[in-house]
Amino acid sequence: MIENIPNIRAGLQFGHEVAKQLGDVRLSACLMCRTCTAVCPITRLNDSFNPFRFVRLALFGYIEEVLESGLIWLCSNCYACQEKCPHGVRVTDLMTALKNLGIKTGHVPREVRLQMNIIKDHGRIYPIDEFDNKKREKLSLPSLPTSCEAVSTLFHENRE
Amino acid sequence: MTYAFFLGCTIPARSRSYEMSSRKVAEKLDFELRDMKEFICCGYPMKASDQVSSELMGAYNLSLAEKAGLDVCTLCSSCASYLTEVAYHLAEEGPKRDEVNKRLSRLGLEYKGDTKVRHFVRVLYEEVEPKEIKKYFKRDLGDLKIAVHYGCHYLKPSEIYDNFDLADHPKSIEKLVSMTGARVVSYAGEQNCCGGPLLPVDEKTALSLAREKLDAVSDVGADALCVVCPFCSVMYDSNQKTMLSGFGTKFDLPVLYLTQLLGLAMGFGKKELGLNMNVVKPTQLLKKYFI
Repeated sequence: MIENIPNIRAGLQFGHEVAKQLGDVRLSACLMCRTCTAVCPITRLNDSFNPFRFVRLALFGYIEEVLESGLIWLCSNCYACQEKCPHGVRVTDLMTALKNLGIKTGHVPREVRLQMNIIKDHGRIYPIDEFDNKKREKLSLPSLPTSCEAVSTLFHENRE
Repeated sequence: MTYAFFLGCTIPARSRSYEMSSRKVAEKLDFELRDMKEFICCGYPMKASDQVSSELMGAYNLSLAEKAGLDVCTLCSSCASYLTEVAYHLAEEGPKRDEVNKRLSRLGLEYKGDTKVRHFVRVLYEEVEPKEIKKYFKRDLGDLKIAVHYGCHYLKPSEIYDNFDLADHPKSIEKLVSMTGARVVSYAGEQNCCGGPLLPVDEKTALSLAREKLDAVSDVGADALCVVCPFCSVMYDSNQKTMLSGFGTKFDLPVLYLTQLLGLAMGFGKKELGLNMNVVKPTQLLKKYFI
């Protein structure tokens, strides 16, 4: 019977492989209590998003499948799950690691990639222009630089 | 008391009322918030896409403050949380800090791990005596019922903050609101996220999350919702318009930054606090004080 159950890949060696990809997010500490899902504000509104499922799928190495689903991007990074996990699974950090992998493998919403490129080019999500500075001046707020050289020095070599 | 003033991206471009009211409150209390033109994005918006680069941005900002011999004070909860997290990870000497410093050296900078990061509200809570702050109050806001939204990153992840308030049962913002005389009212789902980060990915879920809170706060008859983060303000204030067109729900619930409330108690005028820039105009609320 047991040899007919497919895809049970958990094991010490395999756990190390997953940890290499995701960092030490303590997946194997998961007690399957589903507290993460119970406290998730997103699950309540959209039950296709389920942190418990991501923990289990990642633990068994179904990372590609998780990334392809695109669901990880519904995580708001609110930390409710990680704060409440009774066994120290770093659920929110897992989501961040998965999102980072999503970018590397091309499973990412266009807006997220755009935002990353704006920041790497300008040093800000909302670059400041002369018009902004005029508005600021009217409100007696100090003007801000309209360009940023530091980012190109910091990031050249690792531009996407 | 002097801090390096960290504005971040959203506040100087989109939440200028928060900046204005914070500067007024700081001035009144004789805190110096020193402007640092070299500061860039805290790195948080890039954490999901590229953790290595985002940490580098955080470290760059921390090293600038360290060089100036100052701790950092932020207004945005995400900036506070992310810079605190980077400082937490780079506090100890080791390969991680070496890696970051290798990059920073291109700009002649080095991070030695000494910068502290504080949300402005935390500074007020920890460093201003309740008796002290009351001396500056000119208006008693006793007629107001205020609901407080802590948001996520002001206190979370809790492991990086040194327990200055409890993430589960926070009290700091309520205490500051209460000092003005206003009554703090509780409501269902106080701990819930505003949904802001979802806005570009799934607008409907994001707005549904924000709508839940506006529903709960309206149910208890609050005069305003008090926030301490520009993203939360965008969700609850700016998006009330979108909710009217999207869901047909009209709330008309003013959303005030804590610094706008404190500024009102200090006697500042509507324009000085940027209250005319709120999307939902707090007209009824201000009328109570003939403003």
